[in-house]
Amino acid sequence: MSAALLEVENLRVEFGGRIAAVRGASVTVARGETHCLVGESGCGKSVTALAVMSLLARGARRSADRLAFDGIDLRDMGETAMSRLRGHRMAMIFQEPMTSLNPAYTVGSQMTEVLRRHKGATRAAATDRAAELLGRVGITAPGLRLGQFPHQLSGGLRQRVMIAMALMCDPELLVADEPTTALDVTVQAQILRLLATLQRDLGLGLLLITHDLGVVARVAHRVSVMYAGEVVESAPTAELFAAPRHPYTRGLLDCVPVPGKVARNAPLGSIPGVVPRIAPGFAGCAFRDRCGQVNASCAGIIPRRTVGAGHAMLCRLEPGWTGAGATP
Amino acid sequence: MSEAVVVSGPLRGWRSIATWVGAVIVGLAVFCALFAGWLVPHDPFQQDLTKRLLTPFWMEGHNPAHLLGTDQLGRDYLSRLIWGARISILIGVTVTIVSAVIGIAMGVIGGYAGGKIDDMVLFAITTRLSIPVVLVALAVVGLMGSSLTLLVLTLGLLLWDRFAVVARSTTMQVRNLDFVAAAWCAGSSRFHILAREILPNIASHLVVVATLEIALAILLEAALSFLGLGVPPPLPSWGLMIAEAKEYMFFSPWVIVIPGVALFVLVLGINLLGDGLRDMFGTRTDP
Amino acid sequence: MLRFLLRRLIVAVLVAATVLTLAFVLTRLSGDLAISIAGPNATQQDVDAVRKAYGLDRPVVIQFFDWVGRALLGDFGESYFFKARVAALIGERMPVTVSLGLTGLVIALAISLPMGVLAAVRENTWADRAVQAVALLGQAMPSFWLGLILMITLGLHLGWLPISGTGSWEHYVMPGIVLAFSAVPALTRLTRAGMIQALGSDYIRTARAKGLSRASILLKHALRNAAIPVVAIAAVQLGFMLGGSIVIESVFALHGVGFLAWESIGKNDFPVVQAVVLVLAVIYVALTMFADILNAVLDPRLRGA
Repeated sequence: MSAALLEVENLRVEFGGRIAAVRGASVTVARGETHCLVGESGCGKSVTALAVMSLLARGARRSADRLAFDGIDLRDMGETAMSRLRGHRMAMIFQEPMTSLNPAYTVGSQMTEVLRRHKGATRAAATDRAAELLGRVGITAPGLRLGQFPHQLSGGLRQRVMIAMALMCDPELLVADEPTTALDVTVQAQILRLLATLQRDLGLGLLLITHDLGVVARVAHRVSVMYAGEVVESAPTAELFAAPRHPYTRGLLDCVPVPGKVARNAPLGSIPGVVPRIAPGFAGCAFRDRCGQVNASCAGIIPRRTVGAGHAMLCRLEPGWTGAGATP
Repeated sequence: MSEAVVVSGPLRGWRSIATWVGAVIVGLAVFCALFAGWLVPHDPFQQDLTKRLLTPFWMEGHNPAHLLGTDQLGRDYLSRLIWGARISILIGVTVTIVSAVIGIAMGVIGGYAGGKIDDMVLFAITTRLSIPVVLVALAVVGLMGSSLTLLVLTLGLLLWDRFAVVARSTTMQVRNLDFVAAAWCAGSSRFHILAREILPNIASHLVVVATLEIALAILLEAALSFLGLGVPPPLPSWGLMIAEAKEYMFFSPWVIVIPGVALFVLVLGINLLGDGLRDMFGTRTDP
Repeated sequence: MLRFLLRRLIVAVLVAATVLTLAFVLTRLSGDLAISIAGPNATQQDVDAVRKAYGLDRPVVIQFFDWVGRALLGDFGESYFFKARVAALIGERMPVTVSLGLTGLVIALAISLPMGVLAAVRENTWADRAVQAVALLGQAMPSFWLGLILMITLGLHLGWLPISGTGSWEHYVMPGIVLAFSAVPALTRLTRAGMIQALGSDYIRTARAKGLSRASILLKHALRNAAIPVVAIAAVQLGFMLGGSIVIESVFALHGVGFLAWESIGKNDFPVVQAVVLVLAVIYVALTMFADILNAVLDPRLRGA
């Protein structure tokens, strides 16, 4: 892996000073690497993605020790300068393909405007490029689709259009926020396979947000597990699945049925309780109320520790601890 | 982050101030209307040709006995203005009562019954909207002679559309709620359900519509009177005052400024109060 | 879509038929037409002669079908006062009213669209509140009074615009402004609400993620969607404006259809009054149908549905 493409260190996002959505998350995406960000709904993974792209809603406050794309500091970058990067060198696709395309314009018009904006391409050149990319994402009869409106396409097709649109300018980084969640199960697999293929063929840096550990196992080079606005564990995919260290990661993995590994009649694991809502000023481990290994020191400052090659976690426990991840 | 959240409850900040301003204006106007007989410094109908077009207090050469001056026939302007509030409020309220009875009955019946009956109600609303209100009101008054009763009935028969629209849509929402089904199962009559179960639950929406309609009726009355086919002279309607003073407006602009500002402020006050009520009830009346 | 249009057309025809009937009933409200036409000093013989001349001695039902039959052919009879064909009178005056209505609409849109967009972009700031205050003030403004005030200020004191009459395009500016005032509150609120909804939508987030310029995001992507209902309502507002132009035409002495109707009411000229009511109603119905079609053309989701 070459130099880091996206570096995020100690990212914090607050909404209106009342809700701390992200509390010191750190994520690094190398060039040509797929980095999966996993966690339950509401853990701050989507907000992290939006913060990286500077797409947070008005009223959100973002701060970070480091937030850089290809060495360019994004923290104090103005909206105009940022808009020159977005869609050009860093692109994003969203969870809701049904509503993410503008209903008033054709697919072609929405795709070509990206290339025309960033590369000053002519209409004809941009249309050729759009048709080529539609073919690339597995859409038959691209010429026909370019003239259609979003409402004439199925959800799966729309997500393919979104992906093609994101690739118009050959971005180096693609941020995908749960791109398959809103789709049918069969379509989910197709879209995921497509993303994995494109990532490999184009050498994309891919930051993939998901809550599906099955997806992670198949496509990720590296995984970061988020909980309550923090990255609690980060490791290469194989290592994380083989040797999860953080109690939350273990609990999460226990919830996934793995054919051959989980006994046929054994109950699936579950993590009791819900993700707490964290106000600014909260201290200690956010998982402690749901954790089976909790003790007094969990309310103190929790150190980030390296527990192996490229493997870090946020927990007071020793790397070699044994026992259940969460209370049974 | 702009999800449309309908917030109901106490008003805060400038919304609350605006509502209070509206309430004070409306309260003042209602007070004037009710006690006009005691409040007027002079007889509003008393002409005095020796005191024509006296200037109001902020201009030079005003007469301290006539704070707002006098009109072209020497009648005291302040007295006519107070008396005019009575006319405006009277017409606004009575027209709204007439139109509310018609519109609410149609809307509730259409919304509750559905089907063919509802189609007929919708058709009536569509037809009513296509009729040019001012023109028809003018024509009726023009053809049948102007009187207060006729004016009120005509406007009442023309302004029920918004009541019908809102009553119909809110009834449709309430109709499917559990307590209506419960009343139905308990064997309540249809009339009982409409009057005791549905009407109280859509009342807050209708109150908001009523404020809008009062304001509209007052504006329309003024316009009709201005065109000479509304309130019969010598009654001091604000619209009629503007019409009578029109000849003199280029030389003494205050003769039309005073009744116009009164009209504007009253309608503004009613609208402010209506907006405040809508926010408080958390209702929306936009089509 | 075709079926939808066909249904709208049937409703429109039914509405027109109802208004036709109402217009007829309206003129019979005052009792004996012949007495009114003949005038206050007429003898019984005069009245009888008038009654016979205008066919008022026939049964009401016959009179009704006679008027309906002729009205369908565009024949509204003859004006008692102007001694001319009513259709010709209306045709002659209509351009003035339509010019006034269109001027009003253009001014209204030129004010409402920018104000609505500004209020939405700066939601919950002083600018938003200022725009909403303007809409509230516009709603409370008596149009005839605003007309007079403009005559005094813009016409007399500043001398920028002619005070009344129909001579040139400048004569339409002041009445146009006054007429626009009646539509500005509704159009501004609709633009604001539509823009707020559009700006919070997923496709605007996509547009931002694509790195489009602020102008493109606001005007191309958000306004295009917010404008769909606004344009449709604008067509309906034009209908209300034409109906309401009677007040403004009489204030500014613009010799349009409204002014004609006002004169005719004063002179008991029933054929003209009922014809104007009918024509304005039909125009309104046509405009609402036009609004529906416009909606379908502007919103691709409704096209071909």
